[in-house]
Amino acid sequence: MPYLDYAASAPLRAEALAAMLPLLERPAANPSSQHGQGRAARAAVETAREQVAALVGAAPAEVVFTSGGTEADNLAVKGAVLARPAGDRHLVCSAVEHHAVLDAATWAEADAGARVDLAPVDGLGRVEPDRLAALLRPGRTALVAVMAANNEVGTGQPVGAVAELAHAAGAALLCDAVQAASLPGVDLAGDGIDLLALAAHKLGGPTGVGALVVRPGTSVRPLLHGGGQERGLRSGTLPAAAIAGFGAAAEAALADRKAGAAASLSALRSGLLTALRALAPDLEVNGAPDPPGAGSEGTSPGLPGLLSVRFPGRRAEDLLLLLDRHGVACSAGSACASGAVTPSHVLLAMGRDPAQARETVRFSLGHGSTQADVDAAAAAVAKALEVLAPQQARQ
Amino acid sequence: MTDQVLVAMSGGVDSSVAAALAVEAGWEVTGVHLKLADTPGHLQVQGKGCCTLADADDARRVADTLGIPFYVWDMAEEFQRAVVDDFAAEYAGGRTPNPCARCNERVKVVGLLARARALGFDALATGHYARVEQGRLYRGADAAKDQSYVLYMLGPAELARLRLPLGRLTKPQVRATAARLGLRTAAKPESYDVCFVPDGDTAGWLERRFGPRPGQVVDTAGRVLGHHRGAYRYTVGQRRGLGVAAPTPRYVLRVEPTAGRVVVGERAELAIGTVQLERFTATDGRPLRPGRAKVRLRAHGAEVGCRAVPLEGPDRVLLELDEAVDAVAPGQAGVLYDGDLVLGGGTVAATGTR
Repeated sequence: MPYLDYAASAPLRAEALAAMLPLLERPAANPSSQHGQGRAARAAVETAREQVAALVGAAPAEVVFTSGGTEADNLAVKGAVLARPAGDRHLVCSAVEHHAVLDAATWAEADAGARVDLAPVDGLGRVEPDRLAALLRPGRTALVAVMAANNEVGTGQPVGAVAELAHAAGAALLCDAVQAASLPGVDLAGDGIDLLALAAHKLGGPTGVGALVVRPGTSVRPLLHGGGQERGLRSGTLPAAAIAGFGAAAEAALADRKAGAAASLSALRSGLLTALRALAPDLEVNGAPDPPGAGSEGTSPGLPGLLSVRFPGRRAEDLLLLLDRHGVACSAGSACASGAVTPSHVLLAMGRDPAQARETVRFSLGHGSTQADVDAAAAAVAKALEVLAPQQARQ
Repeated sequence: MTDQVLVAMSGGVDSSVAAALAVEAGWEVTGVHLKLADTPGHLQVQGKGCCTLADADDARRVADTLGIPFYVWDMAEEFQRAVVDDFAAEYAGGRTPNPCARCNERVKVVGLLARARALGFDALATGHYARVEQGRLYRGADAAKDQSYVLYMLGPAELARLRLPLGRLTKPQVRATAARLGLRTAAKPESYDVCFVPDGDTAGWLERRFGPRPGQVVDTAGRVLGHHRGAYRYTVGQRRGLGVAAPTPRYVLRVEPTAGRVVVGERAELAIGTVQLERFTATDGRPLRPGRAKVRLRAHGAEVGCRAVPLEGPDRVLLELDEAVDAVAPGQAGVLYDGDLVLGGGTVAATGTR
């Protein structure tokens, strides 16, 4: 079955499964326990901590395991706000952040006396540093949140430039690298990132585990209290097996990156785009047409395997249904609680109207993608477009 | 090739069983749940309403049980525009709308049929209690549940592609089928009359929307008998909430929204002998010929014999009733039957005495 929805969740890597199985089969072991089994579990966790740290250019001690990317973003946003006195709880988030950041900021505004400003993006979804700078309140801004690359359109952000601006204003930088951590990759130290959010399942690890990387000196208050695990920042028994899977996936992702996976994914993506253009000449690409390496000055490259396209006159959820019928998995915008597709806030922030946003489909490739997947997807799109006549007049 | 059938799944027991029977019929079934509200909080009344989050979950779990693909489609905009706004505007215009008929016409049946066709489906199936046979629409077998009244606007093009698996079943049979198949909606309570007014307080809902529009309660001679908070709170035949002291009960005879007046009178004055329908459509798609029929003027009201006469002007029909009927409000649907066969229907434009 052609799977082109890696940005939603990547298939589990064999390395991750292999790392998890012994820990799942082994007798009970709490990594905090003072006995042989506990130490073995602890060793697996610490190995994973090193593997995760290596993926993002961090020190192992900076890695705080969480239940996933959402918790990591929440801990960063809420924890940074709560670490500040009431008058200095100002946040600046890019308008295209994940809802885990935006909604945590909304919470902070409603329930923790924070003020939130959204930094606008250009038509490609890129944060404009000059406009972001104008929103900063030196001494009052606690946190600036700009993701490494966007999960819906793949656009890379000028993380390094934003970090300099944030630091000059006395603010910490949160970089959500949930999508970009494997490819194109992020560099915590090199880019001046203070808080970095990760999710294992986007790398080919299991769901239910992630991490917030916290650079020393960054003030964050914990949200979960209890056993004091993870240096008191995140209480709760560590899920050793899931963490081991995370670590193995991180190591495999780093090996892929060093072996030039970005270029091969990018080639697959280009091939898909060419095939889709042949089927629908009126197709429009959201974000940069050719992300890898094509970032403008100071902008991180985008996601090499992500292709967000609009098929004018075709409802994305109709396309998805027809592609699903042919076993092709991809996605359209974000789903609300009921499961309905809602217009993406990212596309709206990029200046699309809601109707255009509803015509957007996201194909995302990753570590297991092949040319056969791309060919099958293109064939399924061809069949779907045959069925779907463009809607003449959009309402 | 196997028929590709889209089934509208509200999350209630009826559409759950309709989907199950469609699967049993051997069709290739896809389930779809329509999200009809953007503000689920307003509709999240446990066990009531037709589009709560819990209903989407129920529909999804039934689809899982049946092993069919399932999607949720956001039709909140269409529903708001075509049904909710129309409902309010009709009341504001002094009429009494039937939102379920309107929803079937614009969203649930006709709208969904068009979308199903566009996606290459051969047919749409729903959980309505009515029958489609040889391309004609008939009453459902369960007289107490019959929903042919709210499907009168369907024409031959729609009926050719509509499948109603519950048409020959009674409600107890439907529940028994759901229980037999282990569907989790088997014991779910009936949905509420108007799903977007979950507490049933239409007057309060309208008042929140329009604000107070005070006016006079008058008798047929124009004498002022009292005052009201908004003419939209009244419907023809209503007796309660008039705030008028009179020796005999007073009923709303008509609502005059422009003047803000509610005209009341004796019960005997409610009786009407003729009804004019507008936007009349025939289920066979042909012009109506003068002739005898039975008319139903309320969802579960009695039927009355009548003579139906097409009028000048597009889609207008005059009904001469065999016997007087009480309290028919403009805006209601009038549906013509010949036995179990639905001939067609329209919206009540005006009524008259004879």
